[in-house]
Amino acid sequence: MRRRTILGYAVAGAGALASVLLFGWWQVDGPGAPESTGLLPLDLSVMDFSLTDHEGNEVGPESLIGRPSMVFFGFTYCPDVCPTTLSDISGWLDELGDDATEMNVVFITVDPARDTVETMEEYVSYFHSAIRGWTGAQDQIAQAVRGFRASYERVPTKSGDYTMNHTASVFLFDRSGRFVSMIDYHEPREFAVPKIRRALEEES
Amino acid sequence: MQFGKAVVKKNHLIKVLVSLLTFVGAPTSTLAGSEDLVVEGAWARASIGTSRPGAAYMTIRNTGDTPVTIVGLATPIALMSEIHETRTNAEGVSSMSSAGEITIEPGQNVALEPGGLHAMLMRLQAPMQEGESFPLTLKFDNGSTVEIVVPILGIAARGPSE
Repeated sequence: MRRRTILGYAVAGAGALASVLLFGWWQVDGPGAPESTGLLPLDLSVMDFSLTDHEGNEVGPESLIGRPSMVFFGFTYCPDVCPTTLSDISGWLDELGDDATEMNVVFITVDPARDTVETMEEYVSYFHSAIRGWTGAQDQIAQAVRGFRASYERVPTKSGDYTMNHTASVFLFDRSGRFVSMIDYHEPREFAVPKIRRALEEES
Repeated sequence: MQFGKAVVKKNHLIKVLVSLLTFVGAPTSTLAGSEDLVVEGAWARASIGTSRPGAAYMTIRNTGDTPVTIVGLATPIALMSEIHETRTNAEGVSSMSSAGEITIEPGQNVALEPGGLHAMLMRLQAPMQEGESFPLTLKFDNGSTVEIVVPILGIAARGPSE
């Protein structure tokens, strides 16, 4: 009788420990993990999404492999952050000069409902000619955002429209598609250009 | 105001009306505070059409000796305008919301600049075209108003100096 009680306790204890471990896994690594916080973007070679560029070409992460890449998210109805980011990037590209011509520079919209291929085509035309604009189906945009461990959210505004909260960092990948670093929004230009050079020089 | 004067030079009647209006408007600018508010370096980004909101930037300096709060903005080119603030959190996510009322302490200034505070111009009534300009009125809690003319720069502009 006593032995059975002890065994009972042991089983219950092991069960409790297992649930704690399971709960921990669920929260940290499992499906219960908070999405895309503090995680680094995947390498382009393991990302999987399909979008259309501003000239109507089908594009995906594989289109970026072979050249160093600079990728960022935004939307064209954004009055402040996005034009600022695009003009910052245009400035960095000017500073890089000829080196910039061997780079992929991609602006992916998080608002495909309003940002059609034509909208993207007009929008990118106002900035450095190296910048490509990608849009596509909602689920493909969501998949791309997940791959970059970025996030976005549609937020209604007082004026009856909506705005998008979104990751404003610029992601840098080397020519093999390996993630190198990111440039945070507001990071001074003195830091940005050397980071881009690093992505350009990275051999792998 | 300068534009107005140039246009009405030929017409004496309007000229009289303008001076009357100037006279009526005069008490506003003599209120304590108005002459203590200096708005500098104003500029806006050109818009693509009218469906997107526009943004304008400037520095507002309080040269007086009492705190002043900005309570509103008005411009004929937008049905709604207010000061918004872009915030970027630790995860690098940017969001934008109304900045509420902004108080400027004596001798201090508040900068509306890309990536931070900006005058958000919603429901544009006309496209904001590069090379043009528009009037913008800032209203303060002491009842004073300051009217400025905001030049429109290119979409990719980063400021008036570039």
